[in-house]
Amino acid sequence: MSPSKRELLLGRAILIFVMLITLVPFVTLFVTALHPPGTYPDGISLPEEYHWDNFILAFESANMSTMLTSSLLIELGVVPISLLVATLAGFALGHLQVPFRRTLFVVFILGLTLPFEGIIVPLYYQIRDYGFLNTQLAIILPLIGLFMPFAVMWMRAHFVNMPHDLTEAAKVDGASTWQLFWRVHVPLSRPAIASLAILLFLWTWNQFLLAIVLVDDPTKRTMAGALGAFQGQWGTDIPLLCAGSLLILTPVLVVFLVFQRQFVAALLQGAVKG
Amino acid sequence: MASTWRTSTGTTVPAEESSGDIRSRRRADRARRLRAGLPGLALVAPALFFYAVFVLRPLAATVQYSFYEWDGIGPSTWVGVDNYVRLFTDPELIGPIVNAFQLILYFSIIPVIFGVISAAIIRKFGSSKLALASRTVLFLPQVIPLVAAGIMWTWIMATNGVLNQGLALVGLDGVTRAWLGDFDTALPAVGVIGAWVNVGLCMLLMLAGMTKIDPALYEAARLDGAGAIREFVSVTLPAVRQELGVAIIITVISALRSFDIIFISTQGGPGNSTLVPGLEIYYLAFFSREIGQASALAVALTALVLIVVLPLNRLTRTESTS
Repeated sequence: MSPSKRELLLGRAILIFVMLITLVPFVTLFVTALHPPGTYPDGISLPEEYHWDNFILAFESANMSTMLTSSLLIELGVVPISLLVATLAGFALGHLQVPFRRTLFVVFILGLTLPFEGIIVPLYYQIRDYGFLNTQLAIILPLIGLFMPFAVMWMRAHFVNMPHDLTEAAKVDGASTWQLFWRVHVPLSRPAIASLAILLFLWTWNQFLLAIVLVDDPTKRTMAGALGAFQGQWGTDIPLLCAGSLLILTPVLVVFLVFQRQFVAALLQGAVKG
Repeated sequence: MASTWRTSTGTTVPAEESSGDIRSRRRADRARRLRAGLPGLALVAPALFFYAVFVLRPLAATVQYSFYEWDGIGPSTWVGVDNYVRLFTDPELIGPIVNAFQLILYFSIIPVIFGVISAAIIRKFGSSKLALASRTVLFLPQVIPLVAAGIMWTWIMATNGVLNQGLALVGLDGVTRAWLGDFDTALPAVGVIGAWVNVGLCMLLMLAGMTKIDPALYEAARLDGAGAIREFVSVTLPAVRQELGVAIIITVISALRSFDIIFISTQGGPGNSTLVPGLEIYYLAFFSREIGQASALAVALTALVLIVVLPLNRLTRTESTS
């Protein structure tokens, strides 16, 4: 296969153009963040003086250290529990004899396309009755439930492909189901679990609807929810808003760039399987 | 294993046994099978618990609420299907659904086309630096919070944003405007944000499909004198049908249930020109306190997504097996 020189040249030009278009929003955000706070800069224009302190100002005025703590707390509540619970269920549905297996499978699949908006109204009253409104639990608990269809399907798809010989061998050695799970299957499933962890981390960080409906106080929300409040409060101060947005989206960019390989693999598998 | 044990019972039941014996044995078998399945059931239980309490229960409650009129505080009144009738007769409620379908053009069709084309180009560059860089860059919008995407683009499309700056630069001062605040352009403007977000996902899916293609097919096409476009249509496109289906499903869902981007950039305005079902549910339930009406719309949205996705899903399944 040897595409002609002209074709390659054209392809290169198109790719560079598309990349530039994709990057423009990031660049404007960055350049604007350096303008003096409270001003109305023009599109892409360099300020006379770079106001790096905008980042500190945004960090402090939005009470961002508290937001960050809250966001991490939510991540710590959602990700490990979801992983554990989904791995157990995926293992059972993919590898063990479970009564009503088919029914359970269909029940979980039904949730895959469910828009969060579809259940947000009763969820509000339910969480209110539990007394969790305005706490991190209001986001953590429903999010675990909402992640279950994807997470369980994901782990099931992984365990279905695990060779049964392995299980037989462990059984012959006298391993119980519990030992079989922890000693044999979990160690072998590390890549699948890691990919799922990255996806769940990002989805939690970016969760917006649950945050704005169930938690009034921006400092007790996810980062995306906090950013929404930040826009409401500082929407008129464009440089500060841009600085704040950059601070909030940098961590996910870093996570993505570091784990890019696993992340992309995870997303593609998840999409095709889901 | 239970599966082997199940086949053995079928063959070892002797014909001369009385029917009572068989029945009691069957009952014992079923009990044994259930007992053998208990550990598995116990492992599924925690996941099922979270799912049932925080998804299935509110889902059932949404359906229940949708038949009542309720302000969230006082007593509720049963109104039957009135909320659903209003859904199909009140222009204020049909509008958001129409808008959501219009967004499919921007959230799904445009990104899929751009995704296919850019993937086809990237594939030609193999694993070069350019291919790697463009893959990474194009995917960035998919990773950041949609809220951040909304903020960026609100600023780009503002009166003194980059878009107008660029248009003025090439002498198109006449068309500059506040893109998100104009009745004619707000919906497409919101759509562009969605397109920008979704292109990367479509590109990656297509690329994944294309890497499975046997290079010999391309050589054969070249030998037959096929150009780049011919090759794309007759070799690449048929091979990525399944990935194409997945990309369409995911992006169509993202259009129908769009919320974050619109909440941040237009709040549904100007007028109701960018109002979508998700946002309307939010307003109805938490601002105008029409819980029943909001729930009816929520049920309709959930059903709508299923109705649109199920046929698409079947399409990818049958095509992939043929």
